[in-house]
This record gives sequence, C-alpha cells and structure tokens, in this order.
Amino acid sequence: MYISLSSSDHQDAPQADRRTGLVRVSSVVVTLGIVSMLTDISSESVAAILPLYVTSALGLSTIAYGFIDGLNQGVSAIVRIGGGWVSDRADRPKWIAFAGYALSAVAKVWLLIATGFAAIIAVVTVDRLGKGIRTGPRDALITAESVPSNLGRSFGVHRMLDTIGAAVGPLLAFLILWLVPTGYTVVFVVSLAAAAVAVIILGLLVPDRRPRREREAAGRERAPFRWRSLTDPRLRRLMVVAGLLGVLTIGDGFVYLALQARTDFAAQWFPLLYVGTNVAFFLFAVPLGRLADRIGRSRVFVGGHAALLLAYGCAVVPFGGNVTTILCLLLLGAFYAATDGVLAALAGQFTPQGSTASGIAAAQTVVALSRLVASTGFGVLWFALGRGNALIIVISALVIAIGVAVVLMRPLHSSGSTAPLTRDAP
Amino acid sequence: MSPRLRLIVAGILTLLLLGGASAYGITEIAAYRARLDAPSEVRTTNTSPDTANAPRVTFRNTAAGAGYGLVSSVPIADPSGSRSVGTLPCDRVYETASRTICLRIDRGIVTTFSATLLDHSGKPLRTWGLPGFPSRTRISADSKLVAFTAFVTGAAYATVGFETVTEILSVDGTAFGNLETFTLLVDGSPITAADRNFWGVTFTTDDNVFYATAASGGLTWLVRGDLAARTLTAIRQTAECPSISPDGSHIAYKKNISTTATAFWSIAVLDLRSGVETVLPEKHNVDDQVEWLDNSTILYGLPRTGQAGDSDVWSIAISGSATPRLFIEHAWSPSVVRG
Repeated sequence: MYISLSSSDHQDAPQADRRTGLVRVSSVVVTLGIVSMLTDISSESVAAILPLYVTSALGLSTIAYGFIDGLNQGVSAIVRIGGGWVSDRADRPKWIAFAGYALSAVAKVWLLIATGFAAIIAVVTVDRLGKGIRTGPRDALITAESVPSNLGRSFGVHRMLDTIGAAVGPLLAFLILWLVPTGYTVVFVVSLAAAAVAVIILGLLVPDRRPRREREAAGRERAPFRWRSLTDPRLRRLMVVAGLLGVLTIGDGFVYLALQARTDFAAQWFPLLYVGTNVAFFLFAVPLGRLADRIGRSRVFVGGHAALLLAYGCAVVPFGGNVTTILCLLLLGAFYAATDGVLAALAGQFTPQGSTASGIAAAQTVVALSRLVASTGFGVLWFALGRGNALIIVISALVIAIGVAVVLMRPLHSSGSTAPLTRDAP
Repeated sequence: MSPRLRLIVAGILTLLLLGGASAYGITEIAAYRARLDAPSEVRTTNTSPDTANAPRVTFRNTAAGAGYGLVSSVPIADPSGSRSVGTLPCDRVYETASRTICLRIDRGIVTTFSATLLDHSGKPLRTWGLPGFPSRTRISADSKLVAFTAFVTGAAYATVGFETVTEILSVDGTAFGNLETFTLLVDGSPITAADRNFWGVTFTTDDNVFYATAASGGLTWLVRGDLAARTLTAIRQTAECPSISPDGSHIAYKKNISTTATAFWSIAVLDLRSGVETVLPEKHNVDDQVEWLDNSTILYGLPRTGQAGDSDVWSIAISGSATPRLFIEHAWSPSVVRG
C-alpha cells in the first residue's frame, strides 16, 4: 500500500510518481477515509450494543427491530438517490455529504436523551438517512480527487479505512461495557465525539470541489445536470449486471447462520463472524482496488462475485471445520473488497463529471434494493426448502448469473484502466 | 481561514472532543470500580448449606456494590430479608431443585454469549454458545428439559429478519433443536412465512408438552408445543412469554395492549379450564417471562427508571383486583425453588 499523506494541490491532486511509476492516492481521499472511519466507529459501536441497551437498560423488547432495520435500509437506498441528485444539481458534493454526516452526528446527541423504543428507532432512522444522503456525494468527491488510472485504488484506500472503523466500533463498544457493564452512556458519548470529530475534519479539511464548474472552467461544454447524463449505455449495463448479481447476494447473516448450525466454533463466535469478514475486507480493499486499475474494474467486480460463490460453497459443504469457516469469512471479505468500492469506481467512470454523485448513488441503490429483495426471497426459500437446498439453488443461479455478467460486461472491459474517464473524452 | 489555520483548529477541536469523551469514560470507570468495592446496598450473607436447600427464590442480584450481577437467593418466607449471595455471575438465571441454567454475556474485548447448565453443587455440566444477547430460560419442574431464547445479534450487517433463537434440549444433551424447525399451526393450517419467530418456553408436568410464543407478520400467538410430533399449535392470539402455574391450571403471559407501533405489555392470566382471560392491574410496561410464586401469585421484574442495570421483582395475585407489591428489591430473573 502506498498512501501519500503529504498535502497536495487539490485542483490536480493525484500526481504521478515518476520514480516508481505509481500514482499516489490524493490526501483528500485519505481524509475522506478517516472521516468515514470515525463515522463508522460511531455508528457501529452503537449498533452493536443497541439490542442489549434496549432490552437490559430500557427493559424493552427488540422483536420489531429487525423489521424496522430492513425498512430503514429501503428508505436509505431511496434517500441515497436524492442525496446524489441534490449534490449534482447544487454542484456542491462536499456540503451535501457534510449535511449527511452532520445529520448522523445529531442523531447521536438525541441518543443521550432518548428513553423509549420509538425514540431509539427514530435515532437509528435519522442515522440511516444521514448515511443515505452522504454516500453518493462522498463517492463523487473521491472520483473528483482521482485520475482514471488510480480510481480503483482510491476507492480501495477509502473502503479500507471505512471498514477498519466498522470493525473497531463494536470492539470498542464491548471494551467499554467490559470495563463498565452499565456504561451505555459512555459508549454514546464516545460515539458522539467520534461523529463530531468526523464532521469537523470534513468541514475544515476537505476542499469544496465544484465538479461541474471545474468542467466548464476547463473549456469543455457547459454541462447542467440532467437525468439524461445517467443514460450512458455502459452505466445502464453496469446497473443491470449489478442488479442481477445483487438479487443473488443473500445477506451475510444467512451465511453466518449456516456456519453456526454446522460447527460449534462458529456458534461460539457467531457474534464476531462479521468482524472476521470486515478484517478480510480491509486487508483486501487496497490490493483488489489496485488490481481493478490494472486488469479492469468490471473484471474484478464480476470476479468478486465468484468469491461470493465460493463463500456460499464453503457454507454449504457438509464437511468442514474451523478452516472452512475461516475460509468462508475470507472469501466474503474478498467479495466486498472486490465489489463495494469497485462498483462506485465503475459508476463514476461511466458518468460525466458533474453527474457522478447521481450516477454512483443510482448504481448503489440498485445494489441495495436488489440485495433487500435477495434477503427477503432467500428467507422464504430457507424455510420452504431448508438451509442446504436453498443455498444450493442460490449457488446454481449465481453460476448462471456470473456467466451472463461476464458476457454483458465484456464491452466494458475496454473501458477499464487504460481508457480515460468520460470527462476526458474529446 | 488559511489551510494551516484550518488544520490547527481541526486538531484542537479533535483533541478537545476525544479528550472530553475519554475523561468522561475514565470518570465512569472509576465510579464503577468504587461502586463495586463498596459494600452492597442491601443486607447480604454468604450461602450456607442450610439456606441452599430451603424453599427459596433464586435471582440475579442487581443491588449496587459487592455481589452485583451474582446469582443470589432469599427464603420464600422472608423475601425482603438478608439475601445469600453466591459466586455465579448470570444475566438470566433459572433454578430448580437439582439444576441451574445460567445465560451470560461473557464480556471482554471480544464479547460472546453462553448458556451453562450447572448441577446442584454449582458444577458446570454443559455450555452452549449463544448467537446473541440472552433473553429467556426455563428448566422443567422434573429437571429433565431445558430451554433458552437468545437474540440473534452481531451487527447491522448480520440482520436477516429473524431475531430470536429458541432451543429445547434435554439436560443429558439431546437436542430437540431450534423451534424454527417445528411445524407452526394456526387455525389448523401451517404458517410457513420466513419471518416466523419463537421465544419464551414454559414446560408443563408432561415432558412432551410445553407452551411458547410464536410470531409472524406482526401477530403473536400462545402456542402449545408437542416435542414428539414437533408441532406448535396456536391456542390464543396476542400472548407472549407464557408461564404455566405449578398446578397447570393457569397460564400467565404478557399481552400487548398498545394501539400504536410501540408495544406496551400488561400481564394477563388465562384460566385453561374456562378459557377466561384476566388482565392484571399492573400499570407498568412488563417485559418479562413471569414466574409463579404459588398457584395464585406471580413474580415479575421491572427495571428501575433512571438506573441502568437495576431492577426490582414485584408480586401480584392473579385475582385481577389485587395491587402489585414490591417483592425483592434490586433483583431480576426470579425462579421459585420449592425444595
């Protein structure tokens, strides 16, 4: 990994390092990664202990919690499109992202005074809304701070830092509760502080890029935001493939439950399996981002789903002890590392400058909604046919879908690392 | 502001915020340590063989100070007297004459959850890992069957739609499995929705028959379970966490009387012979699986408002006209051991 921490002129931020031939990742991308890391520490520390807080401190039941969480994910996906659209219309990705991060921070203040179940749900919902608003503009900023040859790596660095936060948050929360078993307020205060620091860093240290104005200033044609900008056939093709693969991405929880049912090891460590996935995700994020820059992002995106296929395979094979469990977590982590940032990089690549926030948000919404469909549908299969059969059906369908994706994505390979971004096209 | 000034301002604010949060955390840790070292706020004695065999109420001690979180007991005849504090930490506990089941959060940098079955002398017999926070647990009166419910937690990433896991096992280790694998019958037809959830088992004197809660599509049912047939048959709607009286004549459960999305539970008692349901005059929201003190009185826990981690055990007669009485202060998860 090679991250430049030196401050650079953001107008043409990433500079080619002539000696090594490597392209640095902009310091702004690293700063955005740190902002995401702190925000994830804030959100995930609370999310990890919320069921315990609701049941043992407030004396309420969490039965409705999962349902509302699913609802929130749907709402968040739709808000995401709105966040991207406003960001592109106003040509202010930084401040729209800021609004999203600030909203999540305000939710943490509310958490300190909320006492009822409805209030807790409201806090979680506002936190999710903030996440929905900020994601598109934030990824548009990362795109604006990158050049075609390091876009995958930029997203890799960002997602690595982001995922470190997601892994550290719950561990920090449980460490606090270990030291003070009733210290929920301490967790909330630490969470609020982390969220506030993230907002301050974003507000003060991230430059206010104006992608559309910069494009006009560069002498290219005037480009007011239009939905039509999102009709690039390559973007549409990407969304079709992402949606097709998304409806076969069943949610890690099911994989963990399958592992848990098979080995005592997995049952014992069930609450921590996602930490294993996150560790693999952050280890693989930068290498796979770089690989995407080198061999083509669409190849790595489809390849990531092959890792997912193998992870499902590991969950379904009748034999298998701890090694299979760990392999499964590594493969799941590799799947996220190969698809999460790479999808944003691909969508950014296929959208004209000034419309990237909407383009990225649209692709992410397709993935989020299709995965919601996948989890709901798989829940039905799981019960109707049993765990093993349901997984085998998904695996078979995924084999076919990956084959289709390879064919559909073939025209996009040429626009991988070597082709310039749309904004640089003549 | 110049870039340098921005960096300095951001640095100072970061230090102030993180420093403030750390200072608050350290103060809380110190205060907790001080509370832990302080003598218990209630009268306590160490467990002696005399008290260990007498009819008693076993519970989780939530009195601040020494002994917080440890399994304790008081004589049934003198519930407000000095409590005998043991050495076993549990978040949810149930004891019968010969077995104890202890659901616990095993805290640490990596926090896990477990259920441990112990014999009469407190020797651990078996331990099972739980997929999340402990919820309910019961042992049958003959100490042959054990059941526990845990939430399926993990993280937002792991949310899959079903949130509780309920297992029934025999104390010798035979697993009857997750109740999700049983057939749920409502009005004679099987319910196959993926969002089915089960929790709160109570055993009858017939080891093949138990009661529990089933939920699907926002509805809950009191279900009668048949271990041999692996069926759960709904017998009444809107009833959760059942608990059957020692003589088998009544079932007490929590009943959601809220008209909004936020649940509010009252305690209701169903007379199994007449089918008459009586909602008891407890004005608080009761989220607990109640325990029977005798055939006409139940016990249940209520959290203390404003004091995270502390609660009291209350009692109320099932007549429908009696008022609740404070039974054991600073206590949670009561079980009545009839000796």
